[in-house]
Amino acid sequence: MQPGASLRRDPSLATALRGTAARHRRERVIGAVLLGAALLTVVVSALIILSLFGGAVDFIRQIDLGTLFADGWYPRRGEFDLKTLVAGSLLVTGIALLLAVPVGLLSAIYLSEYASRRVRRIVKPILEVLAGIPSVVLGFFALTFISPVFVQRLNPGTSDFNLLAAGLGVGILTIPLIASVSEDSMRAVPAALREASYGLGARRLTTSVKIVVPAATSGIVAAVILGISRAIGETMVVAVAAGGSGGAQFTVDPFHQGQTITAAMASLATGTDRVAGATSAFQSLFFLGLMLFIMTFVLNQLGDIFVRRTRQQY
Amino acid sequence: MTTASRALPRSLHRTGGADWRGLLFHGLLLVSLVFSLLILFTLITDVLMRGLPVFQERGADFLTRPTSSSPARSGVAQGIFGTLMMAIFVSVVAFPLGIMTAIYLEEYAPDNRLTRLINVNIRNLAGVPSVVYGLLGLSIFVLALGPLTGGKSMIAGGLTLSALVLPIVIITSAEAIRAVPHSLREAGYGVGASRWEVTRLLVLPNAAPGILTGTVLSLSRALGETAPLLLAGAVLGGFSTGSRGLREQLFSDYTVLPVTIFDWSRRAQAEFRDLTAAAIIVLLVITLFANAVAIILRNRYERSW
Repeated sequence: MQPGASLRRDPSLATALRGTAARHRRERVIGAVLLGAALLTVVVSALIILSLFGGAVDFIRQIDLGTLFADGWYPRRGEFDLKTLVAGSLLVTGIALLLAVPVGLLSAIYLSEYASRRVRRIVKPILEVLAGIPSVVLGFFALTFISPVFVQRLNPGTSDFNLLAAGLGVGILTIPLIASVSEDSMRAVPAALREASYGLGARRLTTSVKIVVPAATSGIVAAVILGISRAIGETMVVAVAAGGSGGAQFTVDPFHQGQTITAAMASLATGTDRVAGATSAFQSLFFLGLMLFIMTFVLNQLGDIFVRRTRQQY
Repeated sequence: MTTASRALPRSLHRTGGADWRGLLFHGLLLVSLVFSLLILFTLITDVLMRGLPVFQERGADFLTRPTSSSPARSGVAQGIFGTLMMAIFVSVVAFPLGIMTAIYLEEYAPDNRLTRLINVNIRNLAGVPSVVYGLLGLSIFVLALGPLTGGKSMIAGGLTLSALVLPIVIITSAEAIRAVPHSLREAGYGVGASRWEVTRLLVLPNAAPGILTGTVLSLSRALGETAPLLLAGAVLGGFSTGSRGLREQLFSDYTVLPVTIFDWSRRAQAEFRDLTAAAIIVLLVITLFANAVAIILRNRYERSW
């Protein structure tokens, strides 16, 4: 039979396949509505960037640039020392990584190379629960448990509020992220590589450390970078546990109170620092937001590049 | 037989007894894994030990009273109400928009520049720290749209949280849709179904468990967020709801559980510490419940094609 012969014999079939005009119209409308929803995400990004830049530019115009290099971060007094906040953020992030990178990485090696299917089925959801604990809860835990039980024993006389406890709290929140991203990349390493290693008589330790981990390097680097980005953006743990709600002196001592970029934003929006209107303290919120946005954006792009590299490798 | 082949079995059979380095490493791995579990366990017991006495002492009274400056009369009623309202907002605003976007990207979008832009943009949005969404809420939903939203109102907060979880909803839903095998779609088109019919009748029903899991997880994330709502104007401390109706409340002061927790954790009185722990128990029951539901759903419907 010729192709299309049945169509010619039964024209109603052709119409049915082509569909009625109403059916076509419905398809087009649905497509347009869905596209509209997708475009809304672009609008959200545009609004974020617009509001950050708008506020940040106003802030720079209003203040005397010298106040960006004052003796501390006291927005209500007009002292906007950026290095205080940047040092605080770096310190907290550093402490968090010192905890989260080894713990997350070793957990990932265990889950990917050692654990039985059953252990993984039990442990992974628990890690997800840990990742799902609200950060303000971890802040409370850092303040009321980590600080007295660990930090104050390590260095008696430390105040309840200190950067070390905050950093450890942020670290706990970062563990699941680092563990899951690096485990994904280790599991993506082809089994053939492991089998070759075992075939040469290598033990599990050697295979894990000398074969799997090097093969998963890109993914592990990505995990660390995304971990840094997460830690820098973490707000509530620091806002609750690091103190310094009115402002902070420049410090790099983890046993001191202090503020990070994010905690300064939370504190500007609360309590004695609650500000509104066009004062420069209010505008500084947007300047800090822009700084944070740019830092995490760059880190996320970097992390993405490394994640993509793992995918391409195998 | 050559010496080499006789030497081989001996080298395979390891000498020197147990593999100490291997055992040590195995131990180290276990310790690091157990560390996370131990923290979770410690956190939960610590909170329960501090918070449960509050419930024993005050019972339901703690759940039904508004925030007050005196610890003995403070409760979490307003926080619970706000948090539930946020859940409704996110479900009504972010879920449909997110799922629609995911459908568009997976089923409709042509592979062109616009689609790539939307995809990259969504991935970037997912990485933006939550405080920054607070600034979006503050400048757009509170200030610019103030006349419509009532300023620092429940609506402004709900929209802020919806924007925050939108990219997560999209990413998880798109993954679930992508997991539906192509043969199913082709079968649909083969019998003459239109794109929307294939999507509605074949793709969505099969992707539904995955989409549901993702949305519930993002809901639990939204309900635990503090920082964005702090900036977008949730009230710290006490406020009176008076005898306002539901519609008026949408346009006026509100607070949510995480913000109440933050507020109380900074109070000087020691009694507030215990109240904070009790409020945390309420919040954890809500968010962990949502999490558990999502994980159970996933394990139950998980299927490989």
